[in-house]
Amino acid sequence: MAIGLFMTGVLLMLGSGFPGLLMPRESEGGERIFVALILLGSLCGVVGTLLSLAPDGNAALNLPWPLPGAAFSLAIDPLSAVFLFPLFLVAPLGAIYGLGYWPQRDHPNNGRQLRLFYGVIGAAMVLLLTARNGLLFLFAWEAMALSGFFLITTEDNRSDARRAGLIYLAATHTGTLALIALFALLEGICGSFTFPPAASLAAGGAGSAIFFLGLFGFGMKAGLMPLHIWLPGAHAAAPSHASALLSGVMIKTGIYGLVRLTSFYAAIPPSWGIIVLALGAISGILGVALAIAQHDIKRLLAYHSVENIGIITLGLGIALIGRSSQQPMLVLLGISGALLHTVNHGLFKSLLFYGAGAVIHATGSRQIDGMGGLLRRMKWTGICFLGGAVAICGLPPFNGFVSEWLIYQGALHSLPGSVSASQLALLAAPALALIGGLALACFVKVFGLVFLGEPRQEAAARAHPAPASMRLPMLVLLLACAWIGLSPWTVAPLLQRAATVWSPSLAPLTLAAPLAHLPMIGALAWSLLLLIAVAGFWIARRSRKAPRDASTWGCGYLAPTPRMQYSASSFGDLIVGLFRVGLLTERHGEPVAGPFPKPSTFSSHTPDAVLDRALLPAAGGIAWLSNRLRRFIQNGHTSFYLLYVALTLIVLFALIP
Amino acid sequence: MAGFLLHLCLLLLFAPLLQGVITRTKALFAGRIGAPLLQPYFDLRRLWGKGFVLSRTTTWVFLAGPAVALTVPVLASLLLPFGGLPAPISFEGDLILFVYLFGLGRFFTALAALDTGSSFEGMGAAREVTFSCLAEPTILFSLIVLARISGGLSLNSLFGPHLAGAWGTGAAAPLGLILVCLFVVLLVENSRIPFDDPNTHLELTMIHEVMVLDHSGPALGMILYGASLKLMVLGALLVRLAFPWQTGHILGDVLVFLGGLLVLAILIGVVESTMARLRLVRVPQILIGTVLISIFALVLVLRST
Repeated sequence: MAIGLFMTGVLLMLGSGFPGLLMPRESEGGERIFVALILLGSLCGVVGTLLSLAPDGNAALNLPWPLPGAAFSLAIDPLSAVFLFPLFLVAPLGAIYGLGYWPQRDHPNNGRQLRLFYGVIGAAMVLLLTARNGLLFLFAWEAMALSGFFLITTEDNRSDARRAGLIYLAATHTGTLALIALFALLEGICGSFTFPPAASLAAGGAGSAIFFLGLFGFGMKAGLMPLHIWLPGAHAAAPSHASALLSGVMIKTGIYGLVRLTSFYAAIPPSWGIIVLALGAISGILGVALAIAQHDIKRLLAYHSVENIGIITLGLGIALIGRSSQQPMLVLLGISGALLHTVNHGLFKSLLFYGAGAVIHATGSRQIDGMGGLLRRMKWTGICFLGGAVAICGLPPFNGFVSEWLIYQGALHSLPGSVSASQLALLAAPALALIGGLALACFVKVFGLVFLGEPRQEAAARAHPAPASMRLPMLVLLLACAWIGLSPWTVAPLLQRAATVWSPSLAPLTLAAPLAHLPMIGALAWSLLLLIAVAGFWIARRSRKAPRDASTWGCGYLAPTPRMQYSASSFGDLIVGLFRVGLLTERHGEPVAGPFPKPSTFSSHTPDAVLDRALLPAAGGIAWLSNRLRRFIQNGHTSFYLLYVALTLIVLFALIP
Repeated sequence: MAGFLLHLCLLLLFAPLLQGVITRTKALFAGRIGAPLLQPYFDLRRLWGKGFVLSRTTTWVFLAGPAVALTVPVLASLLLPFGGLPAPISFEGDLILFVYLFGLGRFFTALAALDTGSSFEGMGAAREVTFSCLAEPTILFSLIVLARISGGLSLNSLFGPHLAGAWGTGAAAPLGLILVCLFVVLLVENSRIPFDDPNTHLELTMIHEVMVLDHSGPALGMILYGASLKLMVLGALLVRLAFPWQTGHILGDVLVFLGGLLVLAILIGVVESTMARLRLVRVPQILIGTVLISIFALVLVLRST
């Protein structure tokens, strides 16, 4: 019954975009049917998931599939559920948001394509998160990857979208290759493509190869630092509600893969945890540093996904270290922090992308430098974006703080005892502190420059508020963020169960021990909110009668213009300067010199260090070299070709015994 | 409940006096008599009675800044032992909440600065967020050192009675190192010379003060009061670390704590009088230096205990 409902949800989602295809291009009926089907499908999915998590629920489905080695086998366990819930929340909200953001009448050419693949990617992710067979998993993985490509290239008339789509396609298929090798090796060890039960795999030999293939393939999808190359461009190019789904939910399938894969192993070598921890720290710090250097609001948010994936990976690394050194507290705190941060990032990153979409919708530009003063014209969008910004910086009283707090706790719990490799987990704490500080700087910049101050350009001064269909999803997500932040104990049981699935050795550890302080966090978050409300109410009442006709004090200068405000480049310049070794920022413009200086400008541009500075030049070099080689080898003389044949034959004779 | 009220009374009543002591110390060093010790209280009272001047550019965020800046130190102080007085609220991991609460305060203060649209305040906000993200790893490393020495994860146990004994053991060297680190962080976070100058507003090297240029009347009062509360809360960490003695009697503990705070205020005054402000490019260098010192302290404490 439960799994039937669940599968109905999947099918409804999968088919949600098809009725629109049969309707005329200008008709708006297709988008209404789409929203209704996605809503209904998600509702079925949520109810199905909840029912199968109930103590007596049957959560597995096994159907034969006429492919050698494959079976259509699904199962819903708490670990899958942690990833399913954000999906079932964000997918329908994005569909509603799309009504206002990407209406069919304004986008007759690509509206139907967008909705078709939006539904397909949703269904593919649900399948992927519950698959228990390697081939089914790969099938769902490819369906997801390809629909992702069509979402990214929705506006395929724009060259940057096409470029982002191609880079994405190359990256995702490189990752898939690794995954195919992974499942082939897994089949070799287990004898079938069915997922092995938890804690049944040995770590040596092929086991290690499987782990590192998974780290590469899943890390590519998740956007872990050196593998993140496709992410910023792709998330910037897609329509905002599709970006929200890609960034908030899709990249988490990589995390899911890593978590599921590591649950198979019986014992974890210490080096794995340390490698994962180091990758997380690099992703986190460099991701946020690159984000500060961006001036395109969606690229900036995309780099924050790299950062947050880093934070999640830090939690996973702590949990792995805890498993290899037999410290259950580290395992529980690390994995529940990582899982909760996965959920949280899904919520606040979608919220921020919706907010950014509303801003782009209103001003027609993605450049932060042209905005300003939007809070007056877009009150609700501003409030929701501010909430999302507080949450993503990990500040109380919102949800980001709770998950980061769990990861900190995990790191600090490695303190007691003698010096050992497991104490490297400690370094997650200061890394998180640095990430938190940088994220704060970044969101002060974004919110301050976009929503506060004076409009810098005409378009920002004429911005219009977002329609209700776009405001509602933001408000729902803001409430979800606040709910986890203010009453975090409500999610603790699910986290505990998911952690137990991941590492069955945790079972004797009760909820009472490490997650028990969550109610305290909740209570303090409430009192913080209350105190701020009281102080804010107090000062607001005092200021009610104050005249609001003074201009901002310009230190005696009487003709200020909005252009004198701090810009995105100038705000980030100090921090970007500190990270100039890693960022390779290009600075354009002359310093002002002399008593009568010439007109001068300053701008900075930060390319992606891995993609633009390493991979693309390397690819160009290889192409050049291959061209030269081809001209040399394929030179048109028949005698040379005969020589090649003869040489090949000789080599073959020598090789074959 | 009594401890809770005593905690709040100590914080709310005593904090502005520290500013008075600092100002007085600086005046004495300069050969002046200086303002009365209670001048900060008079200032706050006068500011609270005044009206507002609000720029037409600003929105509600401009007023949220002072509200958060005042709220945050009050809540943070409840997690902190005041000398021998245990914290009214304490649980494992509250040290993270303590650090992040100040992050929230900084977030809203910087946003309030950007809300005015002034280039000066934008500059101040950019500097504030840059320097504090460098200060944050130092705080975390220092707290980790203390956590290792105490074996607990709540501020109450970090700054518990064991500190008096720890100074006599092998932990003395790391404790001394993090005392230096935390003093630097205190000066940075409270915008003191040599990192910032709380008295001038206009020089382009200013950080915190330039962010609150446009605040006036009760809003400025809230910011000043919030700043003095923050000084006392962060100072309480240092005082407990440097004067860990406990008399066993509540009155004695309060006196040791308040006396320690006064000594700290005088020390800040001396530093401000005898040092010049650093060039702005030197500030990150010093902050990275303190990160390194705190890492060194961590290595020492991991090896020795």
